[in-house]
Amino acid sequence: MSRPSVVVLDYGSGNVHSAVKALQEAGADVELTGNRARALEADGLVVPGVGAFGAVMSALREARGDETIDRRLAGGRPVLGICVGMQVMFERGVERGVDTPGLGEWPGTVDELRAPVLPHIGWNTVDAPEDSVLFAGLRDERFYFVHSYGAREWTLEPQRPFRAPSVTWATHGEPFVAAVENGPLSATQFHPEKSGQAGIRLLANWIHSLAA
Amino acid sequence: MSLAVRVIPCLDVAAGRVVKGVNFKELRDQGDPVELSRAYYEQGADELTFLDVTATTEDRATMYDVVTRTAEQVFIPLTVGGGVRSVADVARLLASGADKIGINSAAIARPPLIAEIADRFGAQVVVLSLDVTRAPGTPSGFVVTTHGGRRLTELDALEWAAEAVRLGAGELLVNSIDADGTKAGYDLELITAMRSVSSVPVIASGGAGALRDFAPAVQAGADAVLAASVFHSRSLTVGEVKRELAAEGIEVRS
Repeated sequence: MSRPSVVVLDYGSGNVHSAVKALQEAGADVELTGNRARALEADGLVVPGVGAFGAVMSALREARGDETIDRRLAGGRPVLGICVGMQVMFERGVERGVDTPGLGEWPGTVDELRAPVLPHIGWNTVDAPEDSVLFAGLRDERFYFVHSYGAREWTLEPQRPFRAPSVTWATHGEPFVAAVENGPLSATQFHPEKSGQAGIRLLANWIHSLAA
Repeated sequence: MSLAVRVIPCLDVAAGRVVKGVNFKELRDQGDPVELSRAYYEQGADELTFLDVTATTEDRATMYDVVTRTAEQVFIPLTVGGGVRSVADVARLLASGADKIGINSAAIARPPLIAEIADRFGAQVVVLSLDVTRAPGTPSGFVVTTHGGRRLTELDALEWAAEAVRLGAGELLVNSIDADGTKAGYDLELITAMRSVSSVPVIASGGAGALRDFAPAVQAGADAVLAASVFHSRSLTVGEVKRELAAEGIEVRS
């Protein structure tokens, strides 16, 4: 069987080098491109993102990444958001008083965590549901986080006939959403591409789900 | 269960090789940075820091290449510092595969550089590196130095740290010039003082010589502990340091 194809969406977001290498290591045939047709036809699309919510949203819109993501999701094609690439899936981001509309795939607001030390930088534990595909075989592992903002609530109600989303939580000062698996749309607040062998395994779990 | 304390090997790099030098003199070769990084990754390092200690124009290109080759093989965060002077330098290093950027003397010369980098790439990219020495009679008793500790500045270390955080630094790498190279342990008073003025993570650096040195740094308030020569000389492994921290009741990534 050939390796599933994955496009890492290139829209000018920070360090995407490691994401490409980690996905290759995890078993995908990876291409870094902003080309819309390639991004639509790949088995999986990874949306990276670092920096400010507003800056990531502007860059995504400029590259028409928002349309690409919508088109894929409408067709049930898998998308994986990482870090701010996860945050923009929510309705809004509020950073330093700047309120920016997100892609609105999920209800809710991303804002500053209430914790004594921010940014939240380092390796933290997560609490994943039993049915999680991403965290299969990764029960006691830590993952690398680097962020000050997060989704502190999850309000999407399960809607029949859709399967209820699988939501993974972590805690830094207070609980926040560490990962979501919701039909074709998955996302992690942490960086699997920077989380050592546990991160590679998580990416491999996602890549295997593409071939299913 | 909560956030683990990070153990960070630091590699001083000159002309594409890891070096060990005393005050930037008599640089001795300690190996290939990519190979050493790979070894530390396998030992369980939580992060790696590269410091470009020569930062000449020719070496700069070599450094980008070292960063790229490391990031291809080592799936943990990589901080690169040394000679970073502009937003363009930061962009180039991030594009090469660095995750975070250490800035030091350029921020002292022009503090708004911190805000410029944080606004463009996010505060989490900016690691403010401070080389600190004790100076009796100053407001906090600690001042910032440049040129590897050889030149004193007018900056009070705690005031500068607070100012840098206000401008957008996401982490403080606090290196004690007095403890550096002594292998007599971290400067615990300096760590405690930095912790008290900082809302961002504090990385303790300088003075690690034995297993027993690491836990006190964490108990003094460090979020991460950085060391160089104890790892390069193979007198300690990252795994040994983590086991020692865990034995002291400190959470680490196993």
